[in-house]
Amino acid sequence: MPNFNKEYFNIGYLDALSYKQTFIHKINPGIKLVVTLVFILIVVSFSKYEVHRLMPYFVFPVFLISAGEIPAGVILKKIFVVSPFVLFAGIFNPVLDTTIVYTISGVPVSGGWISYASIIIKFILTISSALLLIATTSFPGICFALDKLRVPKIFVMQLLFIYRYLFVLAEEAMRIVRARNMRAFGKHGRDIKTYINIIGTFLVRSIERSERIYHAICSRGFDGRIRLLRDINLKFTDIIFALISVSVFIILRMYDIAELIGDAVLKF
Amino acid sequence: MHMADALLSPAVGTTFWAGSMGIIGYCAKKLKENIDERMIPLMGVLGAFIFAAQMINFTIPATGSSGHIGGGMILAALLGPYAAFIVISSVLTIQSLFFADGGILALGCNIWNMGVYPCFIAYPLIYRTMVKTGSGTRRILIASILSVAAGLQLGAFSVVLQTILSGRSELPFSTFIYMMLPIHLAIGLIEGFITASVINFVKSARPEILESVSLSKSLSQGISIKKVLTGFLIMAALTGGVMSWFASSNPDGLEWSIEKIYGKPGLPEQEQGIAPALKQVQDKTAFLPGYNFKQSDGASTKQKGGKSWPDTGAGTSVSGILGSVMVLGIILLFGAGIKILKTRRA
Repeated sequence: MPNFNKEYFNIGYLDALSYKQTFIHKINPGIKLVVTLVFILIVVSFSKYEVHRLMPYFVFPVFLISAGEIPAGVILKKIFVVSPFVLFAGIFNPVLDTTIVYTISGVPVSGGWISYASIIIKFILTISSALLLIATTSFPGICFALDKLRVPKIFVMQLLFIYRYLFVLAEEAMRIVRARNMRAFGKHGRDIKTYINIIGTFLVRSIERSERIYHAICSRGFDGRIRLLRDINLKFTDIIFALISVSVFIILRMYDIAELIGDAVLKF
Repeated sequence: MHMADALLSPAVGTTFWAGSMGIIGYCAKKLKENIDERMIPLMGVLGAFIFAAQMINFTIPATGSSGHIGGGMILAALLGPYAAFIVISSVLTIQSLFFADGGILALGCNIWNMGVYPCFIAYPLIYRTMVKTGSGTRRILIASILSVAAGLQLGAFSVVLQTILSGRSELPFSTFIYMMLPIHLAIGLIEGFITASVINFVKSARPEILESVSLSKSLSQGISIKKVLTGFLIMAALTGGVMSWFASSNPDGLEWSIEKIYGKPGLPEQEQGIAPALKQVQDKTAFLPGYNFKQSDGASTKQKGGKSWPDTGAGTSVSGILGSVMVLGIILLFGAGIKILKTRRA
């Protein structure tokens, strides 16, 4: 199953990227999380016809990609993989909203196309910022930040547990799928009955694994709390990063940079 | 059926964020009061199991396409609603980060759509009332199918509602409903069947697992319909409140969300709240299917569209496009510049 392997290595790859040591990676995870949230909120706050005002916001993902040394291709590929629902939900905009708002060298452009474009651009901006957050921040780092932000402990612990066993169980699932494929010709073995038995066995095995884990962590003194090896403290650069990025987002929200530049060039 | 950031308005997104975070907090509190320590690794591994299991496909009967489980109701049956809700939320959180399913702002909506309905409506009201400790295979089957289907229908309906309230997509309410509900009914039936079969499999292989869950019960009881309804009322009030607040405090920037719903920029004081919003949605659904006749009766809608578009002459629109292209160029140069600087330093 090539798809399966690809999917699996993709998660692993994003995770591996997050252990690089660039300036971006070293910024406090909580700060990065909050800045990303502010970015998404501001991007989403533009009305559906303001396409050109969204453009300047590409500065954030481009900055993270270049300064964080993240291969742009990986992010782009992921964006395309998850796009169908958004493409579908917006596809009726051009059909239903036919008010002409632009005429570009004689070709009329309807409001629907503009709003469809703005949905797609918002989609690219928000999804890439989420992916870049995880590509530049280690997942445990994000969990510790959540813990600091007073997110309930049990939820944070849950995230850490899933993250730890995700790779273990994914490999187990991969072995199961490989075993099934080797025993089955073509579509055989992919029927619902076999599937239920596979999933059932897998579930029981996972539950038994959790019991072993419980014994193991108990014997190491687990008392229901997670402990941090290193304390993540706030550095001066973190605050500078937060201040600069948030004020850039706000300035871009207040002033129509694209139009100002366009005007200036036209006059010139 | 992951909701996406791009289709959300900030008001809808943050409202559901607040709602979902509130419920996570509530569940955490409930679990803290009566948690069995061994639940913690069990929850974690089951969360990872949901991921891994979704990588195994089966052929959907009669269609030939392949599908995988969602697994929400299996979690609820194994863990009880509170723990199941925490697991579902964390799975969705990781999906939104690693797989970019949905997005970070839409996470609140996704947790709501895929966690609240199965755990706090379908499970206590349908599954739990039908399945008791000694229930037979067929009873579990019927209960699973009904509860999974109900949960998915509510979730799909909720996706439609969130999209319409946000006003980013022009998809008419009724068309969207026709597209979402039947397909999710079909998915619900298959998912329900698989859920039942897996629960029955566990029941025959390791019966004590299910029994321990249904005996340690303070977890799954104590959800009263009254509480659920109160929660929904609060949510409704919040949505209305947050939206009107955005409209009044930020008239220039954020008023479009109201404008889209109400069809006019401002809203009269006495008309604030969710009720008129719903009424507008209703009005829209009544005439939108006939949108094809735009030529003949679309005069008023056209005007509406014209109003929400800022009055820009041809000159400014050209400068907007030109400016966009230049801004993108500058940003790319900026990125390339950083890269060059970095390689030079290295």
